[in-house]
Amino acid sequence: MLGGDVLVQFSTVQKSYDGETLVVKNLDLDIHRGEFLTLLGPSGSGKTTTLMMLAGFEVPTYGDIKLHGKAINSLPPHKRNIGMVFQNYALFPHMTVEQNVAFPLEVRKVPKALVAEKVAHALEMVRLAEFGKRRPAQLSGGQQQRVALARALVFDPELVLMDEPLGALDKQLREHMQMEIKHLHERLGITVVYVTHDQSEALTMSDRVAVFHDGVIQQIAPPSVLYEQPKNAFVANFIGENNNLQGEVESIDGDRCTVVLKDGGRILATRVNVYGVEMPTVLSIRPERLFIGDAPEGAVNRLVGTVVETIYLGDHLRVVMEAADQSSLMIKMQARPHSPQPKPGDRIELSFRAEDCFAHAPLKEAK
Amino acid sequence: MTTESGVSALPAETPLGDGASLKVRLRRADRRRKLVAFGLVAPLLLFVVVSFAMPIAGMLWRSVEDTEVSGVMPRTIAALKRWDGQGLPADEAFRAAAADLALARAKGTASAAARRLNYDINGFRTIIMNTARKAPEADVADIREVLIGLDKRWGERETWAAIKRASGPLTDFYLLAAVDLQHDATGSIVRSPEDRAIYLDVLGRTFRISLTVTLLCLFLAFPVAYLMSTQPAKIANILMILVLLPFWTSLLVRTAAWVVLLQNEGLVNHLLMWLGVIEAPIRLIYNSIGVHVAMTHVLLPFMILPLYSTMKAIKPHYMRAAVSLGAPPWVAFLRVYLPQCLPGIAAGCLLVFILAIGYYITPALVGGAGDQMLSYFIAFYTTDSVNWGMASALGAVLLATTMILYGVYSRLVGGGAIKMG
Repeated sequence: MLGGDVLVQFSTVQKSYDGETLVVKNLDLDIHRGEFLTLLGPSGSGKTTTLMMLAGFEVPTYGDIKLHGKAINSLPPHKRNIGMVFQNYALFPHMTVEQNVAFPLEVRKVPKALVAEKVAHALEMVRLAEFGKRRPAQLSGGQQQRVALARALVFDPELVLMDEPLGALDKQLREHMQMEIKHLHERLGITVVYVTHDQSEALTMSDRVAVFHDGVIQQIAPPSVLYEQPKNAFVANFIGENNNLQGEVESIDGDRCTVVLKDGGRILATRVNVYGVEMPTVLSIRPERLFIGDAPEGAVNRLVGTVVETIYLGDHLRVVMEAADQSSLMIKMQARPHSPQPKPGDRIELSFRAEDCFAHAPLKEAK
Repeated sequence: MTTESGVSALPAETPLGDGASLKVRLRRADRRRKLVAFGLVAPLLLFVVVSFAMPIAGMLWRSVEDTEVSGVMPRTIAALKRWDGQGLPADEAFRAAAADLALARAKGTASAAARRLNYDINGFRTIIMNTARKAPEADVADIREVLIGLDKRWGERETWAAIKRASGPLTDFYLLAAVDLQHDATGSIVRSPEDRAIYLDVLGRTFRISLTVTLLCLFLAFPVAYLMSTQPAKIANILMILVLLPFWTSLLVRTAAWVVLLQNEGLVNHLLMWLGVIEAPIRLIYNSIGVHVAMTHVLLPFMILPLYSTMKAIKPHYMRAAVSLGAPPWVAFLRVYLPQCLPGIAAGCLLVFILAIGYYITPALVGGAGDQMLSYFIAFYTTDSVNWGMASALGAVLLATTMILYGVYSRLVGGGAIKMG
């Protein structure tokens, strides 16, 4: 799916609402035909503004947005032929489900017979064929969202935007709908730009994820790369769980560096964005890459700490430890019911690999 | 099996102890709640019944009640019961009339009957009053000639028919008169003569003015309500105060202000002349222009408020959704925004229209003789000519037409859709 030709291109797009601060700073982004791209970030990171500029509801302060190679900055939203699904579904309450789905076709003056056929097909696609005569208020949240999907897809747009479409649903339904949307995307071959602040949603559904922070894309990559090779401390912390250890770079050797922790321990880490000796750095290690007991092959780093707490979660065990300068180092380990568990107060040695430990430049304090 | 029977036995053992069924106990539990609820609304209910429902019922009753003549001339009416309406009644009726009027003269009650009969036939007052004053002897053989000698109209069939018509205790006289109809001598319903047939005209005028004012209000209020609903809270509050400020001012003061503004030498005329729109002052007051301007101004808040509350509830994402689905802004407005405004439009129009139909002070102060609405005539009959029957009948016609319109309107818009915000 990646490597398709470029459908949408943002070049040095900026957006400011008040003329003082930029909500989106110099955004360069290519969206490929057929991909599922998620814009992920905390609120106020600029992801929704980016989506709204693409939909045409916000005008870039500077820069170009191109669709099919043509600048669309001044094209009004109703001429962009982009489907959109809103967080609150925005189904028209005074129309039935069928009328809602027929709306985009009717305003395009599609012949009546064809409208009926397409509406029926679209409702079947979201498995709501028998709900056509109902009003949106008579449907559950998940059904409403499926109607909104049908409505955004019925006029065969090439590009569909989704603005936190599952935000209002409960967890179980949300996970179900994630799969449904993902399968629809695969089946229809449309391009989807999806905005969410939920990182697990982003990882589940996307071909690529763009992590937004402070109006800038911190990293844009497929989910696995994002998780395994975060480009900076923000991405490491925002995607998945993460342990941070403060230290200072002692020496650099290619893509490896040696870091001295505050308590004097030495760690061999993968160098990401530290460029000089004696620079302060933050080491990021995933909880499941910390090992208790027998060190696996290649685990060159050692840490000794005290167990503070263990939490049993069925399929795995969480151990909270005090080690180095960290008071709550998190370790995720396989639950082995028939072998001894670490207990609070135990002193334990941890080991981890250099390639699982990333040396990032510390995050700048937020403004 | 044992567990099964144990389970099925359980509900019987759950405390239905005193033998009362679940329904009874539920009712008992609900009774207290209902009593409390009733107690809370009771004072208001009593107030509404005493100050609103009873007067209205009384008014409706007065529009059909007819006891003035039967109170004064009971024997005459009894005698006329046997009259078939052809030719003149028997001597007995003449004798009874003479006796009744003589007694009425003594008791000083003749004028009540005279006034009532005068509504039916102009000049009847003089017949009654003259006859009563002369108090003819009733026990004479030629009573017929005596009465006709006193007033020759006693010799007309129509005179006696009018008395028979007013014999009560119920009458449709006032209600028919309120819609320009009356009974002729034979009892069938016919149109009132030209000079008395004014109420249909007035009713029509009342509805015409109310409808125009309602449309003007809608036209002016819609953009304002839209603006208010789309502005941030701070600006919306300022706009709201501007809307409400006149609302809090006395109706009389506002109408008086229009009297000043709309004078020939008033601000509006001067402004129009200064702008070069007109050469000489035009008449803006004591005609229908004044009535429309002042009433629209006075009633505008009643349109803005329900519209605003409806529009406030329409989330902007509906319009965004419509536009993103390919609808040009005006199509999105017509097909998505406007239909959702309908409850507010309906409520506002209904409110303004119903208030406008009953308007009295404003047209009385800024309108001309030809711009008076139905309420003016109700007030006239109530306070000036003390013809409460007629006032009540006009009120009943107004009430009935309003109810009918409300019925039609709520059927059109869908009853449930109307809400007052």
